[in-house]
Amino acid sequence: MQKKIRVLIAKPGLDSHDRGAKVVARALRDAGMEVIYTGLRQTPEQIVEAALQEDVDVIGLSILSGAHKALFPRIMQLLKEKGLTDILVFAGGIIPEEDVPELKKIGIKEVFGPGTPTEKIIQCILDYCSKKSLKMCSN
Amino acid sequence: MTKTEEIVKGVLSGDRRSIAKAITIIENNEPEAKEIIASIYPYTGKAHVIGLTGPGGSGKSTLIGKIVREYRRMGKKVGVVAVDPTSPFTGGAFLGDRIRMQELSTDPEVFIRSMATRNYSGGIAKATSDAVKVLDAAGKDVVIVETVGAGQSEVEIVKVAQTIVVIHAPGLGDEIQAIKAGLMEIADIFVVNKADRENADKAVIDIQAMLQLNNKEKAWRIPIVKTVALTGEGVPQLIEKIEEHRRFLERERQREKAFLKAEMELVEAIKDKVAQSIIAELKKEGKFVELLEKIVKKEIDPASAAEKFLCEKFGKA
Repeated sequence: MQKKIRVLIAKPGLDSHDRGAKVVARALRDAGMEVIYTGLRQTPEQIVEAALQEDVDVIGLSILSGAHKALFPRIMQLLKEKGLTDILVFAGGIIPEEDVPELKKIGIKEVFGPGTPTEKIIQCILDYCSKKSLKMCSN
Repeated sequence: MTKTEEIVKGVLSGDRRSIAKAITIIENNEPEAKEIIASIYPYTGKAHVIGLTGPGGSGKSTLIGKIVREYRRMGKKVGVVAVDPTSPFTGGAFLGDRIRMQELSTDPEVFIRSMATRNYSGGIAKATSDAVKVLDAAGKDVVIVETVGAGQSEVEIVKVAQTIVVIHAPGLGDEIQAIKAGLMEIADIFVVNKADRENADKAVIDIQAMLQLNNKEKAWRIPIVKTVALTGEGVPQLIEKIEEHRRFLERERQREKAFLKAEMELVEAIKDKVAQSIIAELKKEGKFVELLEKIVKKEIDPASAAEKFLCEKFGKA
């Protein structure tokens, strides 16, 4: 058995700044994860459907357009509707500090702003997945 | 119902979450994998499996996006397994084939799965073949497998797909060198993509020349199709060739079946004729009744009687 952590890196919204998304994708790849990159300008529906088909453990959302308050709740709602509530969702990009509590309330686990060391993101994923597999084992 | 039975039931009814879960279990080689494959196996064999291979950068993903769209227009349900390499150093992978198929991701009759090779060699992953079976059992009419950007010897795809499309593009360096050995031999259809570039015709001519060198008498003539994946130009023609090849395979299968049937009938007919003529001779010589009496008196059993007679008649059998 060779379980791999699968991560979807997605860019909702209309901005085309995907440098950060690619840096994170690359770092996760180098940490031994399988990273699926969706490309730019994804609708919430496309992102959630990709997460479902790819059966990922984690979704990373990168957004710099300022539309996170409109798009993230929609994504979280769709995930719930499809029964994908065991997926870890984190976010990054340009997200004002004062919006973070609200995003965490709807289920976004962490918001990683510019300058976050990639090790911190990797650790967050590893912690979550080890907890999840423990939970799976105890079931 | 156990978890496995639930997943199998979901796959057979085309439920996307179950398909995704089944493929994960197979990929991870989890204990349930064997049971899932065994349970869905009787429902496979209906989909036409197309393998798309060729060097990195030739436009495989983009072309698949357009092929799927064309098949959808024809009302077919489509599955895609897109394989990308796993890093032999870290075990990680960057799977980027979905980027070129974005607009397909919300079509409920299209299922796209990215798959890392997990260091399996040959251009596909170990789980690719079984993932194709899952999509087949889930009712997809067409399943397309995209190999990793392949060079010369990544020909494992022939074990998975019925129609192999080898795609090439002008300006990828010494293209003919790159395809002459392995890939050249497995192609059922050649595609020269990016056909709007100069040198596209040169690439077609080079492949034609190669094919002619190679030309043993074959029932299937390998066509070369020019496409521009970005605009979709040439894609309907490509689908036409793929469908032609599918019908060709179907005819070959029918021919094989007809041959088998003819053989059985011929053997039966010969048996009848031979038996009739031998029995006629037995009766003429009066030996028939003689043997029958011996059998009735249990002096000999029917099989030995037949053997004895045939030996006398034709020498040691």
